[in-house]
Amino acid sequence: MAYSDKVVDHYENPRNVGTLDKGSSEVGTGLVGAPECGDVMRLQIRVNPETQVIEDAKFKTFGCGSAIASSSLATEWVKGKTVSEALTISNTEIVKELALPPVKIHCSVLAEDAIRAAIGDWKKKNNVAEGAEAPAAAVAAH
Amino acid sequence: MSNEMSNNGVVVTEAAGTLPAGVKLPIYMDNHATTPMDPRVLEAMLPYFTGTFGNAASRNHSFGWEAEQGVDKAREQIATLINATAKEIIFTSGATESNNLAIKGIAEMYKERGNHIITQVTEHKAVLDTCKRLEKYGYRVTYLPVQADGLIDLEDLKRAMDDGTILVSIMIANNEIGVVQPVAEIGKLCHEKGVIFHTDAVQAVGKIPVDVQAMNIDVLSLTAHKIYGPKGVGALYVRRRNPRVQISAQIDGGGHERGMRSGTLNVPGIVGLGKACEIAGQEMAAETARLTELRDYMKAKFENALDYVHVNGNMQHHLPGNLNMSFVYVEGESLLMGINDIAVSSGSACTSATLEPSYVLKALGLGDDVAHSSIRFGLGRFNSKAEVDYVSDKLIDVVSKLRELSPLYEMVKEGIDLTKIEWAAH
Ligand SMILES: Cc1ncc(COP(=O)(O)O)c(C=O)c1O
Repeated sequence: MAYSDKVVDHYENPRNVGTLDKGSSEVGTGLVGAPECGDVMRLQIRVNPETQVIEDAKFKTFGCGSAIASSSLATEWVKGKTVSEALTISNTEIVKELALPPVKIHCSVLAEDAIRAAIGDWKKKNNVAEGAEAPAAAVAAH
Repeated sequence: MSNEMSNNGVVVTEAAGTLPAGVKLPIYMDNHATTPMDPRVLEAMLPYFTGTFGNAASRNHSFGWEAEQGVDKAREQIATLINATAKEIIFTSGATESNNLAIKGIAEMYKERGNHIITQVTEHKAVLDTCKRLEKYGYRVTYLPVQADGLIDLEDLKRAMDDGTILVSIMIANNEIGVVQPVAEIGKLCHEKGVIFHTDAVQAVGKIPVDVQAMNIDVLSLTAHKIYGPKGVGALYVRRRNPRVQISAQIDGGGHERGMRSGTLNVPGIVGLGKACEIAGQEMAAETARLTELRDYMKAKFENALDYVHVNGNMQHHLPGNLNMSFVYVEGESLLMGINDIAVSSGSACTSATLEPSYVLKALGLGDDVAHSSIRFGLGRFNSKAEVDYVSDKLIDVVSKLRELSPLYEMVKEGIDLTKIEWAAH
């Protein structure tokens, strides 16, 4: 299995590995995937309540190199974005950036799911009405 | 620690000076998949490519006779290793063909006697898929389960036998978990019931003692490339007395190999298989001792350095060079990526479209997550202690690093029961 340089780079130097305080109202946690499927991603964001800007993001991933790279990249991309901007990140951009082969597209889908789940969790905690770009039903459907 | 750079999966090794003595990258530790040829085997084969190139079936000139002599010698060498006679050895293109010939050939030959075949769930696909095809032709096949340690329960086998049972096909040693089945007991049972006993002995022959008489084996498959011989050549042992076993040919033609397998013999390959058997027989005791020690040393290193590791398969009834371990909460493919200067196999088949982990590990009752985190180490004749040290140190390093990254490891450490979580299937 050949990996792109970018996947290898994220695998060897994963960005933003760690854990944020789940209990904090500023933190949203997304836990997606399943151990039986061979990948589980946990992506967490800390959102500034005033500006809705994602000021910090952390991840931990159980999965193949492409899954690790996808989630590592996702944390890089959401940081500094507002919540609604972050919701526009799509898996196809991740596929493109990491040059993922077709068998690994599910890793990028999972990373997109993780972003949405983290934001969904934060919104729920803070009673933020769902924006037009991400109805609650769409998040839950993944 | 060295820092190999990975570039599109190509391993670029750094200056040799920083590696421990005796270690050259990449390291091959996947000897259940195939083995490198022993130089002594190559040497024995070489004359048969050029000067002694004759067709072993040519009866009227010296080219043919010399080729035939090479083949006859190989037949003796193979027979000696498994306590058979030379006339009971049929050459094939490898164990896939041997298994097909054995199972289909017996099913066809004995169809008047019955239509029931017994095998087990952890067989190689060359046995399982052959049986599946026979099911389509109306045969009944029982796939015995294995216990958590990989061994079949002999009581299950007894219960499965009925009046229509013509064949039992149970491997000696498993290619993934190295577990050695109680073949002598199985053979005894089969002979008591008048059922033919075939065994896929690919991983066992040349590694542990195999005696077709003592074990009551009627038909046995073997292949050269797992015992430091060439690829694409194998053999089938077919018992000629007590009882005489007959097999319907599956390849028709010039009537070679007593009509059981037509086709011009692969003389250099056969000579190589013979030589490989001879060497294996001579060196088995020493090699078993050395590989068992290395294997146990490696296992102890993992168990001392890491938590949540477990060994797959019964370790008492086990091949010397095999170690199959689960490094739980780390996914197998990511693990392989971290050790890409080392050739081993993963129980995870995440690269395939199916995402299905190994059916052998699942048959042991392992959860998919544990199966996904398994590595098969296959130690062989050319692996050194220095290599074992390098591989285990590197693996411990990568597992530790990946566990820092693993949400599952963190959750388990916090005392969370992962089975209680509602995972979103995707
Ligand atoms: C247990 C077992 N049976 C059969 C085979 C097939 O052997 P061959 O590669 O010679 O066809 C293998 C090897 O892949 C094996 O490990």
